[in-house]
Amino acid sequence: MADRTVTRAHLAEAVFQEVGLSRSESAALVDEVLDRVSDALVTDGTVKISSFGTFAVRQKGERLGRNPKTGEEVPILPRRVLVFRPSQVLKARLNGEDPPGEAEGEA
Amino acid sequence: MTRSDLIRRIAEANPHLYLRDVEKIVATVFEELTKALERGDRVELRGFGAFSIRGRSARTGRNPRTGEEVDVPDKRVPYFKTGKELRERLNVGTE
Repeated sequence: MADRTVTRAHLAEAVFQEVGLSRSESAALVDEVLDRVSDALVTDGTVKISSFGTFAVRQKGERLGRNPKTGEEVPILPRRVLVFRPSQVLKARLNGEDPPGEAEGEA
Repeated sequence: MTRSDLIRRIAEANPHLYLRDVEKIVATVFEELTKALERGDRVELRGFGAFSIRGRSARTGRNPRTGEEVDVPDKRVPYFKTGKELRERLNVGTE
């Protein structure tokens, strides 16, 4: 039941089954969905998918880290990281609970 | 960007598709991700990132308003790890 890995190919197969486009077009559209989300994250920093969750880019400042092998202190440069916050609907579904009302603005 | 912006952008780039098909494509992608996580599967989308499930143990919490103790049961939470390509795109020019 568990411990399988779902990939782009599985998503393409689901789109093929659900929408009835060709397999190759289904695969191209799955890639396009993910590419558009990536592009929006790079340009505006937030993508909010109702009933799934919100992806947001956070700016991290510089801090001192340590090379765990040598113990040597090394600066970790300022960088942008992506965080995902699941929606209430997704959290409920993962825990077998009734999802809350699916308000459009909710994410 | 919201789900409806995403649908609109994909529809504009694919004028040969019906809007309802684009809506269905976007819905299917996120529904499949959700179903995979419900089963406890891992999702690996090369270049974008990977979703997995992490467990949180049961704990005793407190109602912040009343101070009353409440039992919080075990729960499963999704975890997202950004893929290499997207992580690099977010940081171009800061190397």
